[in-house]
Amino acid sequence: MASPQPRIGVVTFPGSLDDRDMLWALAALDAEAVPVWHAEEQLPDLDAVVLPGGFSYGDYLRCGAIARLSPVMNAVAAFAADGGLVLGVCNGFQILCEAGLLPGALRANESLTYVCRDVRLTVERTDTPFTARCGPGQTLVMPVKHGEGCYIRPDHLPQEQVVLRYGEPVNGSVDDIAGVVNEHRNVMGLMPHPEHAVDPLLGSADGAFVLASLVDSARSRALAIA
Amino acid sequence: MKATVLVRPKQGILDPQGEAVESALGHLGFAVRDARVGRVVDLEVEASDPAAARAEVERMCEQLLANPLVESYEISLDG
Repeated sequence: MASPQPRIGVVTFPGSLDDRDMLWALAALDAEAVPVWHAEEQLPDLDAVVLPGGFSYGDYLRCGAIARLSPVMNAVAAFAADGGLVLGVCNGFQILCEAGLLPGALRANESLTYVCRDVRLTVERTDTPFTARCGPGQTLVMPVKHGEGCYIRPDHLPQEQVVLRYGEPVNGSVDDIAGVVNEHRNVMGLMPHPEHAVDPLLGSADGAFVLASLVDSARSRALAIA
Repeated sequence: MKATVLVRPKQGILDPQGEAVESALGHLGFAVRDARVGRVVDLEVEASDPAAARAEVERMCEQLLANPLVESYEISLDG
């Protein structure tokens, strides 16, 4: 097999909303998209894992604070510690922050209003498994839809870990940060929704730059293991 | 033993909810500044003595009830 389909899991938590769109988008980009239930203690054989958007556990306490205690999250943390690729979108980003797999925290938007619109993003790093298909400084247009997307970074966050910035005011995020990676660059979180922007019919296909980068990277990993 | 945990946004962390409350109080004619909005968690904890109860609740705060990056917490015990 010259070009095997990488297997990418999409975790559904109680209250996930965008799991189906993510499964659809990954399949459209030639991955084998595998649904994973939050109560599973083991992950199936996967080349990457995605935590989708939504309102897991009703956003009780803090967004992502309860979901990060789901049984599957131990397996996701172990997968990430082993170098596995993990992408969190919106609520998935919040869960990864709460789980300590990504630096920082997400709080209520500065405006206190829910933002739901297409926004411009600037690609800061192309040397990550999630942005390899982008050009340096490229502008991407993707939708956001969140009430708590104001990113608070830890004091010492290295610039190298900032992957995406908003190109316009969106939610009050410190330094306009829209997406970050962990130190080893195998875990990424972002507030905008690439899975809602993989077909021009939906206003933008720029989300495919991110998701197709992930599919490429997952495929390389699958080939390396095989 | 009853415990009350008060969680608030850390100083310097943007608190738009506090700002909205402050502005609403202003509309009512109250002159206020620096309004901050936090969260209260009341709970009953099994513990042999107050020191043990406090230590237990502190662990709860560190692991779940507060996000130490952006929130501070205060614990009070009763009974």
